[in-house]
Parts: sequence; structure tokens; C-alpha cells
Amino acid sequence: MKSMTDNSPASPERRRFLGAATVAAGVTLAPGVMLVEVAHGRPEDQAASGAVRWGMLVDATKCASGCDECVSACSTENGWTPVAESKHPKQAPQWIRKLELQDPLTQQETNLPMLCQHCAEPPCVDVCPTGASFKRADGIVLVNRHTCIGCRYCMMACPYKARSLVHEPLNDTQKPDVPRGVGCVEACTFCVQKVDRGDGTTACVEACTKAGHNALVFGDMNDPESEISKRLRELPTKQVRADLNLNVGVRYHGI
Amino acid sequence: MASITFREVEGSSLKYWMLFGGIGLFVLFGFLSYLYMHHHGHVVTGMDNQVVWGLPHVFAVFLIVAASGALNVASIASVFNKPMYKPLAPLSAILALALLAGGLLVLVLDLGRSDRLIVAMTHFNFTSMFTWNVFLYSGFFVLVGIYLWTMLDSSVKAYTKVAGTAAFLWRLILTTGTGSLFGFLIARALYGSAMLAPMFIIMSFAYGLAIYLLVLAASYAWTGRPLGDVVMNRLRYLLAVFVAAVLYFVVVYHLTNLYFAKMHGAEAFILRDGGDITTLFWVGQIVVGCVLPLVILLTGLGKQRSWVLVACVLVILGGIAQEYVTIIGAQAYPLEMFPGMTMKSTFYDGVVHDYSPSTPEWFLGLGGVAIALLITTFAVKVLRLLPVSLDDATVAKLEH
Ligand code: SF4
Ligand code: SF4
Repeated sequence: MKSMTDNSPASPERRRFLGAATVAAGVTLAPGVMLVEVAHGRPEDQAASGAVRWGMLVDATKCASGCDECVSACSTENGWTPVAESKHPKQAPQWIRKLELQDPLTQQETNLPMLCQHCAEPPCVDVCPTGASFKRADGIVLVNRHTCIGCRYCMMACPYKARSLVHEPLNDTQKPDVPRGVGCVEACTFCVQKVDRGDGTTACVEACTKAGHNALVFGDMNDPESEISKRLRELPTKQVRADLNLNVGVRYHGI
Repeated sequence: MASITFREVEGSSLKYWMLFGGIGLFVLFGFLSYLYMHHHGHVVTGMDNQVVWGLPHVFAVFLIVAASGALNVASIASVFNKPMYKPLAPLSAILALALLAGGLLVLVLDLGRSDRLIVAMTHFNFTSMFTWNVFLYSGFFVLVGIYLWTMLDSSVKAYTKVAGTAAFLWRLILTTGTGSLFGFLIARALYGSAMLAPMFIIMSFAYGLAIYLLVLAASYAWTGRPLGDVVMNRLRYLLAVFVAAVLYFVVVYHLTNLYFAKMHGAEAFILRDGGDITTLFWVGQIVVGCVLPLVILLTGLGKQRSWVLVACVLVILGGIAQEYVTIIGAQAYPLEMFPGMTMKSTFYDGVVHDYSPSTPEWFLGLGGVAIALLITTFAVKVLRLLPVSLDDATVAKLEH
């Protein structure tokens, strides 16, 4: 497993340097080509690029209380049953959920979506005995449906409770491009099927924007010209459980 | 040194087959529970996305930890050269193998995709403690198997000490590995402590010896072979030392945790506010598992064999309670993603997760115990594991 991650630049510094270098080359040598490539998605025979690091910015100050557009968009796109419709809510998978926080002293409330943080140093990948949990070169953390044995060690290891076990045989809500299966563990994939198709965004981000909240931005954090990079430069953001130093791919503003 | 005669137990009596059948019934129930869970998915268990490891893990970890502990008696004989323990060694080795087999079986049958066992044995990720454990377990089987062979076959007797030492060292690594399964989980407040590995080792000493003593006493009583007080007393004091050490480690573990402000919430949960978990900790782990056995073993009560056996049962029950508190307790306590804030969500963030094991989980766990006993019962019938006599006179001759 390690060898796989070793192919991609491991340290954030090196990745940033490579990213900048590639972009610079793209801009000077063949303007447009780079952008076209990223925007058009990835042919199946081509490996995910380590020059890209997909990430998300959550602006908690814009995330509306009581709104769960992002959650239902995810469930529709990826074919998991919304908790409210599930017969076994405690065992139902949730790829993304809304968290309501309150400071007991000041009564100040914060709303934010919680999802897989697509850690650059993912503990779930470290502990997975079979290597079913893996991180793609472009930073997306996924579970290989064919080698996951359902040991749930990754669920024990994830500091964000981002993963779910599929507890019962699935009904026909499944989507053809989102393989799932009973007894396997799953989590947010950053809508990898959309990303690879070249949509350049995720279902939750689209839904949030459509609802007019604009609390979510998705994009390539290695590309200094991307919207997410620009916003990340302007807004102060935090990593949840920054103490663990996992270098997460989801950054929060206003927490 | 005087020699000892080993003989198989008489295995054609009605009593033997009733015992065998009774244990077999539990194995069958365990297997049926597995089929049921496998068919319906984990939805029929009490486990959910909050408490992801349930009662089967409690039993599995207990059995695996006890397995390495059961090997102690043999280690004392071969590694530390104590002649009195030599006749006790073969049973100790077979118990170790049987308990490990039982524990692993439970672990494997509780997988979400137990049908993919072959994947687990062909795909390895060496940053995972689990992968290391796969090798540690296989190695344990091989080394203890060889060790047992050197004890049973007089032509290879010369290698007993080497094989015994190898098995002993391996078992220390193995239990460190089991403890580290939890110790390496940074996400959970109550894990992520290097204390867990040594604590698991000392716990294994106590659980393994308690099980050993019970099996030894039972097989001698049921086969009508003499078992003297010298052996019982030695093992009784050894058990007392191990139980006291467990208590010491538990106290130090919680005291060091209490030193860190960030651990206060989690510690208060285990020690004071955790409901069932707190009860299990104080009543199960501390009183039943440590205090009562110590009182029995170290006072006049310990002179009576039946009380010693009661103490062994208490140590075992306390051990299961301890694994329950360690495994379930740490999951029941909510993850602290935003320290100092209250949390609410549809995913049960910020609330204590309650867990009640379902019937199939109980039977799957007990099935693992039953498998271990079944293997032992069968082994003492087909192999020469038990000395014909362990009365005081025979044992005294060994010491000189
Ligand atoms: S948030 Fe959890 S599931 Fe996602 S990469 Fe990090 S550890 Fe893995
Ligand atoms: S449940 Fe699956 S993905 Fe998670 S650690 Fe186990 S094998 Fe890996």
C-alpha cells in the first residue's frame, strides 16, 4: 500500500511545488491545455493525476440552520437511502450529515456539513488490513468494493466518524456508477464519478449553490487559479481536529 | 529427575460424550448465529455505525489474549526451568492453541464479508496492525505446534527449551500486537495509549492462568486422577500475583489519563457517568475481576480447592467485563470533534451511544469459547497431554 502512495509526492510542500510547476508549465507552454484537461475529466485508462488535489471549502457562516440540501443531493446522486426513510436509522449509512454546534457558554450556534475529510494522511488507509481503503493520487480517499472485508477497523480509526457499514442488503436505489454492497464500508467519495466525468464539482456543492447559500466550494487546491484556491487565500480556515495533523482536504471557515 | 507418565484420558465413557455433545451444541448454536448474521447482514445485531465492534469482538479479544496467557505455565517450565511445571506444560500449549483458534474464528465470522477471507490472506497492507496480527497469529500456531511436538515426541525432546523460548517470546509480541490494535487508534479518546500493550500482556497472564487452572482441575476431577495441593497452591499464588498486577496497571492507566484535561470527559464517562459501562467497570472489572479473587486467593478461603476455582471463574468474568469496557466503552463515548462545543446531528453525534448485544452475537461469542473447549476436550483424548498423577508425592520427586 505504501508503495502506491509513494508514487505520488508525499509531503504537502513537494506537492504544492509540483502543482505550481505543472501549472506554470501549462500556462507558459500551452495555455488552455491544462485547463481543458482538468475540466474534461479523465479517460478510464489514465491514472488520476498527482498534480491535482481535490478539496472542499465549507463556509460555516453561510451554512443555513435546518437546511439539508447537500445531504439529500448526496443521497440522490450516490443512491443511499435518506435516514428519515430508513427502517434502521442507527444502522443506516450516512455519507454526509449536518452538524449543529453550540458553545455552551456563549450560546453561539454553528451549522456545518460533516463528511469524509479526504485526509492527506488518512488513518483509515493506514489501518485497513487488505488495502481496500486507499487514497488516489488526486487526494480522493476511496474504498475498493472488491477487497473490503468489512472488518470496520477504518471506522474505528476515522476521527470524523465519516464512514458507514452497509448493514443490510441494498434495495434498488443503487446507481450504476456508484458500486455499493452489504457488509462493506463506504464514505463520501467527493462524487468521484462526477469528478472523473469532468463535472469539476460534487452533488452537495451544486445543491448548496442552487439553493442560493453558496456555503460550499469544490475544486483543485493545487491550482492557484481555481476558485477554491482563491477563496482559501482570502478566508481564514481551520481543519477539524487539526491536532492530529492529518492535512485534511475539507477546510472550514467560521468554526 | 523423576519421570512422569502421561496418558490420554478415557474417551469412550458416556460422561465424556455427554460433555463433548454439550459443548458441541454451543458450537452448533454459534455456527447457526453466524449463518443468520451473514444472511441478513449486521442489521440483525446490536451493532451500528456508532458502536461498530460489538460483543463478538469482546469475546474474540478475550480469547486471543487468554490464549497467549495460557501458554505461561509451559513457559515457566521450559524457559525458566522450573521442574514442577514440566508435567503441566503440554496442556498449557494445547489450551493456548485452542483458545487462539476460538478467538480467531469469532473475529473472522463477525466480518461484514466473512466470505472474503481469502482476500484478507492475499492482500496485505503493512501499515495496518491487523495485517501484522495475521502473521503473529499464524506464527503462534506454528511455534506452539512445534513446541508441543517437542514435548510429546521423545526423539525431539532436546529441542523443547529452544522451541519453548521461541514460543514464549512470540507470545509477548503477539499480545503486544493485540493491545496495539487499540493503542494505535488516535481517533478515540480512550485508546491511543502505549499503556495498552503492556496492560494487555499482564491481563493475558491472569486470564490464561485462570482458564488453565479450571481446565486442569476439571479434567483431573472428572477422570478421577489425583491432583495434589502442591500444584494447586503454586498456581493459586501465581494467579494472585497476576491479578494484583492487572489491578495495578488499571489504576495507573486511569490515573495517568486523569492527569490530562482533554481526557477528563472520557474518564468521567468510564468512572462515573457511563451507566452500564461504569457499573461493569466497578462491579465487573474491579470488584469481581480483581478484588474478590484477591481476597479469596490470599486468605484462608484459598486453601479450599472449590474457592480457588470460584476465584478463577471470577477472574474470567472480570476479564470479559474488562474487554467490554475497553472495546464498547471507548466507542460509546462520543467522538470529540469540536472540544468544548455541544453537538447534534442525525448521525448521533455528541450523544452517548447505547449498545445492547443481540442473541446471535451472544451465541457467536460463546461459540468461540465452545470451540476452544471442544478442541481441548478432543486433544486430551487423542494426545498424551495429562500426567496420570499430579499428587504431592509425584510432584515432590520432580523438585529434587
Ligand atoms: S475523514 Fe475519515 S474516512 Fe475520510 S480520509 Fe480521513 S480518516 Fe479516512
Ligand atoms: S472495513 Fe473494509 S475498508 Fe475498512 S479497514 Fe476493513 S477492509 Fe479496509
